[in-house]
Amino acid sequence: MGEPQLCDISVSGRQGIRFPHPDVPTYPLPQEFVREDLPLPELSELDVIRHYTRLSQLNYSIDTGYYPLGSCTMKYNPKINEETARYPGFAFSHPLQPVETMQGNLALMFALQEMLKEVGGFAGLTLQPAAGAHGELTGVLIIRAYHRSRGDIKRDKILIPDSAHGTNPATSAMTGLRVVEIKSDLRGNVDLESLKQECDETLAGLMLTNPNTLGLFDEHVEEVIHMVHAAGGLVYGDGANLNALLGIIRPGDVGFDVMHFNLHKTFSTPHGGGGPGSGPVGVAAHLMDFLPSPVVGIIEKGDEEMPPLYGFITPSKSIGRMKSFHGHFGMIVRAYTYISMHGGQGLRAIAEHAVLNANYLLSLIKGTYHLPYDRLCMHEFVVEGQWADAPDIHALDIAKRLMDYKFHPPTNYFPLIVHEALMIEPTESESKETLDAFADALIKIAVEAHHEPGLLKDAPHVTSVGRLDEVKAAKELVLCCGVSVHEK
Amino acid sequence: MFIPHTDADRAAMLHTVGISKLEDLFKDVPEKYRFPTLNLPPAQTEMEIATELQEISLVNESAHDLVCFLGAGAYNHYVPAAVDAIIRRGEFLTAYTPYQPELSQGTLQAIFEYQSNVAALTGMEVCNASHYDGATAVAEAVNMAYANFRGKRNKIILSPTVHPQYRQTVRTYTEGSPIDLLGDDPHSDLKASPDGLIPLIDTDTALVVVQYPDFFGRINDYTKLAEAVHSVGALIAVSVNPIALGLLKDPGSMNADIVTGEGQPLGIPLSFGGPYLGLFATRKEFVRKMAGRLTGETVDNRGQRAYVLTLTAREQHIRREKATSNICTNEGLMALASTVYMSLLGKNGLRQVAELCFHKAHYAAERIANLPGYSLWSPTTFFNEFVIRCPAPAAEINDLLLDHDILGGYDLSQDYPELGNHLLIAVTEMNTRDQIDRFVEVLSEVNHG
Repeated sequence: MGEPQLCDISVSGRQGIRFPHPDVPTYPLPQEFVREDLPLPELSELDVIRHYTRLSQLNYSIDTGYYPLGSCTMKYNPKINEETARYPGFAFSHPLQPVETMQGNLALMFALQEMLKEVGGFAGLTLQPAAGAHGELTGVLIIRAYHRSRGDIKRDKILIPDSAHGTNPATSAMTGLRVVEIKSDLRGNVDLESLKQECDETLAGLMLTNPNTLGLFDEHVEEVIHMVHAAGGLVYGDGANLNALLGIIRPGDVGFDVMHFNLHKTFSTPHGGGGPGSGPVGVAAHLMDFLPSPVVGIIEKGDEEMPPLYGFITPSKSIGRMKSFHGHFGMIVRAYTYISMHGGQGLRAIAEHAVLNANYLLSLIKGTYHLPYDRLCMHEFVVEGQWADAPDIHALDIAKRLMDYKFHPPTNYFPLIVHEALMIEPTESESKETLDAFADALIKIAVEAHHEPGLLKDAPHVTSVGRLDEVKAAKELVLCCGVSVHEK
Repeated sequence: MFIPHTDADRAAMLHTVGISKLEDLFKDVPEKYRFPTLNLPPAQTEMEIATELQEISLVNESAHDLVCFLGAGAYNHYVPAAVDAIIRRGEFLTAYTPYQPELSQGTLQAIFEYQSNVAALTGMEVCNASHYDGATAVAEAVNMAYANFRGKRNKIILSPTVHPQYRQTVRTYTEGSPIDLLGDDPHSDLKASPDGLIPLIDTDTALVVVQYPDFFGRINDYTKLAEAVHSVGALIAVSVNPIALGLLKDPGSMNADIVTGEGQPLGIPLSFGGPYLGLFATRKEFVRKMAGRLTGETVDNRGQRAYVLTLTAREQHIRREKATSNICTNEGLMALASTVYMSLLGKNGLRQVAELCFHKAHYAAERIANLPGYSLWSPTTFFNEFVIRCPAPAAEINDLLLDHDILGGYDLSQDYPELGNHLLIAVTEMNTRDQIDRFVEVLSEVNHG
């Protein structure tokens, strides 16, 4: 059986760490406020270390294997990042300290702002957003504030292609804007005719992921942006797929007005089993005044003898604060470390090899798996996880069978516009040998699907647990140790 | 370095793809913008960047070098070595969101235990897998309460003693919605009891938000307020400092509907403000309205106990524009850190830390209140933070403290202009008696000088 739960191994009287006795007089506790019971587990330090070490061993991770999740950019996370972010001068700095004591942090944040602006082709940038979706919310609020500042209050419509991540429509809905979906054309681009019909005086903007979630660079990107601008709208860039573009093209140059970066995808900060991320937002010159407060700026220019004095600045028409404090500083240090180790040429090499790896893998499997859009791809691609002559096999079965070959499956059932989608993003970190082995597994599974479909249907076989009863989980709702949530 | 390709690999791979050079991969990219020169500093080796960042970090004077009495939403607590040892394990650190449960049982069970510990601490029945921080957790509580009444109740009442940055964040988040925020206008009586909010509550009210201990460190009983809120069918959210709950009654016992909080004090370094951890717990009847990921217990097809993300139909990747929130990436690794922290301390250790904070803060407050020219701003019971009225502007006092290598309190005039000479002081288990005595001694110089 699996690892016991903490509440099962708790023994009354154990404690994993002790603290010094008070070196001050003790004061009467406010008895009317003192709680009677605190039902937390009681464990020794070794209990805790063994428990979580064993749990960690039930995980698949980049450090243990190939993780080709589409749109997630599961590249190697360098170990030096983990060292630099923990330097005491960084890790022990309080967010509300006087800026005079924090010039190291502020100089680093300023430098990263400059680096990201240069990579994306933007005039202004905030490091505050905590994640990609939080960056989207920041960006869409900026678009909304821009129109309103011009008295253009009828613009309440956001266009979102049908291939977009779910966060795009969810974000727009949070800001009170109306979401209208735009179709993709037969080559996976934004359908220009559908777009044209929606380009009217109510258009606030378009949220565009480019390359899109099919892994395709929109062949009409200039025309799309031009149409939106001509109608008075702004173009939001979802930077989820920026890994394909580093040093290849700067989104700001083509006319994207605002874009979020994902430091946890493109710039190697670890995904941590779901977070933390970091979602800085870059903007064109006409949107700089709307950035959330605060941004890092120079408040006193330096000279040969004195470095400049950095501080926090609130832009004049700022949308306000997106969270407490200044952003995920620990992630900012990691991304700064990573970009500094690459330089301009190094970043371009990342994109080139990410795209080479994707096209190489695609070439190896495209005779075996159906490819809905047969073009050169960017950093990822989508194939169909089903065959006409094996209709009982689904993308899910292929995904689960890959686990038996010791690979993490690709993203599946996304994007929604591809039937039984398997979305594969190799990243630049992976070697030819790894890609060859992965392609071999996919090809073997295709053969199994036709001759021994049971192997797929019952998969996975070698993992610590098999397929789960998700209906039971949702019905019984056991969300805490030993407690079932029975709803009214 | 991080790209393993040899020249031979590259040549073979290009050949397989059917192109002759890397540049040919990018023909869809408009030519006039293709291959810009990026004006970035030249690439450094690991050895060089380690040195550069060491130097940058040493430019700071942090709580590592200074004695820290600064809190106001971020606290200098001890982080046990075992916490970092676990969260640095590559299997946790470099895993993705556990969408494939067969390969993610470690992360899933850890989230389940996080949910269990946070529910126990807050006195709630369900808890999600985290929000970004204390501020965005409050903003999500506002969104949840507004959605709960399907837009039919527009009033959200924010106590003026909720962290100013949290209230600012709520304002940004609700900018595009018909929500009216009230309760914290600049003329609010900061010393009023929380029951002072009761006259504002009516049948148009969706949610009342309070903080526990409040921004000024005071401990209030919200039972009566909750009663008034519930009498009109509205909800009440309490934003907490989780360390305080090691000692103090949980908000569940005061009938809170939602408990949010900043989880940073639970084993997460100060790190200049992030990444931190947004706690979010609620009562079971709201489980389907809550945003964020949830892990549930179930069984696998071999009959074993196992864990899986559940009720995902609430989330953006399924519901798109109809989702409860746009949240996707959360604070997974920080939630793990807090779980390891809570598990190491357990019921007795967390109580011990909370009591140390309480006693040390009271020792400091008593000594400062005895200094000529200084007094405590409020007589209300406090936990580990308190406000002192000073004989000079707070900024001047902080400058003097800094000259003595002490990081002073939070200058309240930044958010409350009427509190010009007032400092918010935080004391934790990290502050020794000697440090407190030295702090008091420097403060005493202000009056004499």
